[in-house]
Formats: sequence, structure tokens, C-alpha cells
Amino acid sequence: MLMTDQVKEMRVTKALEGALPGAVVAGKFEFNELTLEIATPRILEATGFLKHKERFIRLAAVTCVDRYPMEPRFEVIYHLHSMKRPGFTEDERLRLKCRLGGDAPTIDSVCSVWRCADWYEREVFDLFGVSFNGHPNMTRILMPTDWVGHPLRKDFPIHGHKYDYKNE
Amino acid sequence: MSDYKTALAEMPSDAQARRRTMTLNMGPQHPSTHGVLRILIELDGETILKAAADIGYLHTGIEKQCEVRTWQQVVPLTDRVDYLANLSNNLCYCLGVEKLLQLEVPARAQWTRVMLTELTRINSHLVWLGTHALDIGAMSMFMYCLQEREEVLKIFEMFSGQRMMTSYFRIGGLALEPPRGWQKVIAKFVKTMAERIDFYENLLTGNPIWGVRTKGVGTMSLEDLLDWGATGPMIRAAGLALDLRKDAPYSSYEKFDFNVPTFTESDVYSRYLVRIAEMRESCKIMKQALEGMPEGAWQADAPHVVLPEREKMKTQMEALIYHFKIVTEGFAVPAGEVYQAIEAPRGELGYYIVSDGTTKPYRIHMRTPSFANLMVLSPMLENRMLADSISSLGSMDFVLGDTDR
Repeated sequence: MLMTDQVKEMRVTKALEGALPGAVVAGKFEFNELTLEIATPRILEATGFLKHKERFIRLAAVTCVDRYPMEPRFEVIYHLHSMKRPGFTEDERLRLKCRLGGDAPTIDSVCSVWRCADWYEREVFDLFGVSFNGHPNMTRILMPTDWVGHPLRKDFPIHGHKYDYKNE
Repeated sequence: MSDYKTALAEMPSDAQARRRTMTLNMGPQHPSTHGVLRILIELDGETILKAAADIGYLHTGIEKQCEVRTWQQVVPLTDRVDYLANLSNNLCYCLGVEKLLQLEVPARAQWTRVMLTELTRINSHLVWLGTHALDIGAMSMFMYCLQEREEVLKIFEMFSGQRMMTSYFRIGGLALEPPRGWQKVIAKFVKTMAERIDFYENLLTGNPIWGVRTKGVGTMSLEDLLDWGATGPMIRAAGLALDLRKDAPYSSYEKFDFNVPTFTESDVYSRYLVRIAEMRESCKIMKQALEGMPEGAWQADAPHVVLPEREKMKTQMEALIYHFKIVTEGFAVPAGEVYQAIEAPRGELGYYIVSDGTTKPYRIHMRTPSFANLMVLSPMLENRMLADSISSLGSMDFVLGDTDR
């Protein structure tokens, strides 16, 4: 595991490591924010565990970063939130990261864990071309349905793109 | 944006009901959607069986554009994300970058930021109240609310020279020194605003027509709202005091004394009460900021980030060099990633900022409250009456620019 002792000693890291050995690949603690890198095939188990056992009941967002031309190219990011309220310890945030290769990037959908992942995963699919297994409706959300390419990829040009609005 | 025909085909529905249902295309240009939003509604008589939102009409690729601007040039883009809460967006972005730069902003700038973001909250809630009441049929409210909003815009103009796209917060502090005599203007505004809120409540809170149209309408359980990712007044009207100003204070909010109003009914009426109470709390915070405003610098002491004063630039060599470097290539931000969340008028606004150590952001993701709140649309409208959809939609208070970015 690529992580400092400080990250290894943190409650969430220990709990994840105890319940799902090998799921956490790396981790860092910077700017008071904890980031854990999860082995891509195990994201569904890990998020399920975090929601039900560690009370990260809110998923704030799902997004993606394109590290082109580096491989593995995509980082899918999950922002988790555990709130301060009776029975809950403190306002805590956690960031999960999964790396995906550039060739047909696919990852399991977490829609079954938090329903709000629905639109966020569609957005990542639309803008980055990462598809999510088991998503109920994997279609474009922001761009037109007949759009070619994924605009937020680093190899997508910022200028010079022509689009003919289709005549419905 | 999904294709009309495929979207229809995808709408699952029970076969028997299918024979006598009607599909209604609400929007993309419909007054109640407050922007360009299309909602496909499947109706059985007056009952909504299925509702599906079709967004993306205002997608302008702001996140992509951020990647080719310098760090400071991104600030005006953040204004355009949510044009009713521009200063909240400025603040969230600046706080995120300042965290990456490990830059301490002087107390006076922090307090001014708090005061003006609270003014933004009042601005946003006023526009919401006016248009929401207009949707439901209380025409005059719109005029009353915009009258007061005009005063807010005048204050913005006084501070920044701009009425809506202010870009007043910059990385490292404020864009300009607060203008002379702002105290008098804010004091007058806070005083009149408190009276105006009483006036609005006089018109609406006890109004039987308002009550019939809003009480018990658009109810959602707290568990559902959390699962669908809703934040802000929506979740506070369901009884959960989730407010990042209290839970994770930023920009010295911990020094202010205010309450987080909550209600438990989770209907359109309680969302209205929450926003009205929030306007009162915002006035309270502004009053405290006015009375306790610290003296001192309004920009961080960081010459490599903050533009030098005009006078210094003309007389000092170092200032001129810094000015040249900041204007031509911008400043580098150390590599790293942060997620900065604040409480915007509509809920949790989060900027996920990734830097690769250069003078331009590598990636910025905006977790906008409207996007998440709009996901609640389908469960909120389904199996309810069509006539209630207008007030339910209004109570969600989304801005389509914020949704589509």
C-alpha cells in the first residue's frame, strides 16, 4: 500500500482494510482531506461498506479526471460526506479514487448504493466516455444525443468543433 | 439531452395504464421552469405517472473553459455558473485555490466576503420568492421582491461596478477596496429589509390561497431527499439542520451568531418558511458584519498572487515585475487536489480543484446544488396532481445555468 503511516492509522482506512482486505490500494492526507484509492473492481463493495457501516450516508458528487497521455488514464472520483447530527460523530468527508485505463473504460455503477449517483455517472459518461456497469439509463445528459466524442477529455479540442443542430 | 422518441420509449409504465395515458411535453420554454428545462410528463387524467427531466440546454462547457484560463481568469467564469448566486461561486472557488496556495486572507476581506455572500443569499431568495409566488398566482409579490432586489444590485454595483456578474472576490482577497460610505448603505438596507420581510409574510404566510396551494404539496421524506442528494433549504425543510456554515465553517463564519432554521413538514410551504427565515438570519449576519468589521488590509500579503497597487507599480521595480508576471503568465499553484464546499443559497456548492503545478487549473469540477436538487424532480412529481407540479418545481429553486454549467 502506498500511503503514509498517518493515513494507515486513520479510522476509515483501518475499517476498510479490516472489512475488505486489499481494497485500498493507496491513500493520502493533504489539506485536511483524506483520499483513498480503491481497487477498481471493488468499488461497489467499498462504497456499500462505507455507506452502511461507516455512515457516509451522503454522496456529494461523482466526477472524473483525465490524465492523458498517462496510463491508466482516468481517475473516477467519489466525494463522500458523513454529517454531524445526533448519532453521527462529526462532519467528515472522504474522497475515493479509482483508476481506469483509456481503452474502453468501465467501472461498476454505485447507483444501487446512492440513488443520486444516477445523473453524476451519466455526466461522467457524457463528458469523459467512462461507462458504468449496471446503471439504469446510461445515456448522454448534457450534450446532444448524436454528439461525437467526449468534450472533457484532454484530447478533445477546445476550439474548431462544428455541430449541425439536427432538424427534429 | 435525450432524444424525444427514445426518452418516451424508455419510460416504463404499466401496460394497462399505457392505453389511456397522455404524454405532455413541458418546456423547454415554459414559464414555470425558470430557464430552459424540458420535463416529459406522462399523465393519467390529471395524475402524473412518470416525470423525466431533460437537461443540458444551457450547457456551455464552463469546466472545459476553465482548463485554458489562468487561475485568476477563472473567477469571472464562476459568476456565470449560478447567475443568481455569483458571489457564492466566487467565494467557493477562491477558498479552494487559497487552500491549495495555503494563503491566509486578512480578516477584513473575510468579513466582507461573509457580508456580501449573505447579501447574495437575500438576492437569490428574493428572486425565488417573487417568481415562485408568480407561478402560484400571487402576481404582486414579483414586483415587491424585485423592488428590493434592485437595492441589492445597487449595492453590488457600488462595491464592484457590476450589477450581476460582480467577480468581486479574487484569489487572495477582494477585487477592489470596499467603497467609501458602504456602512451607511448596508445599515439602511438591513433596516428596510427586515420590514420588507414582515411585509412579504403579511401577504403570504397567513394567506388561505397560498396555504391551499403549498401546504402538504410536494412532500418528500428526509431519507429520500438524502438518497437523491438534495441539500440546502430542501433538506432543512425536512428537519435536518445540514448547513455547512455551521458544520464546516469557512471564511470566519464561526465568529457569527445565527440560527439554522428548520421545519419538519417537508412540503412546499415549509420550504417557503425556511427561505423566509433564512433571509432574516442573513440580515442578522450582515448587521454583525457591519458592526464588527475589522480594520486592515483587504488583500493577502502575497505579491506573487495579488496584483500590486497602481501607485506602487509605477514607482517600484519589484511591483512592476510582479504585475508583469501575474498579467502575462499568471501564478503557479502547487500540485494537489482539494474539494471546497460552501453553503450556497440553494445548498451545498462544491468545487473540486485539481492542480498540476502550472499556471492553469488541470481540472475543475463544480458540484452545483441545482444539479443534485433537480434529481429529486421525478420522485417529487410522480403520482401527484399536475396542478401541484408547478408549486413543487418552484419550491426546488433550481437555476438552469447552475444545473448545466
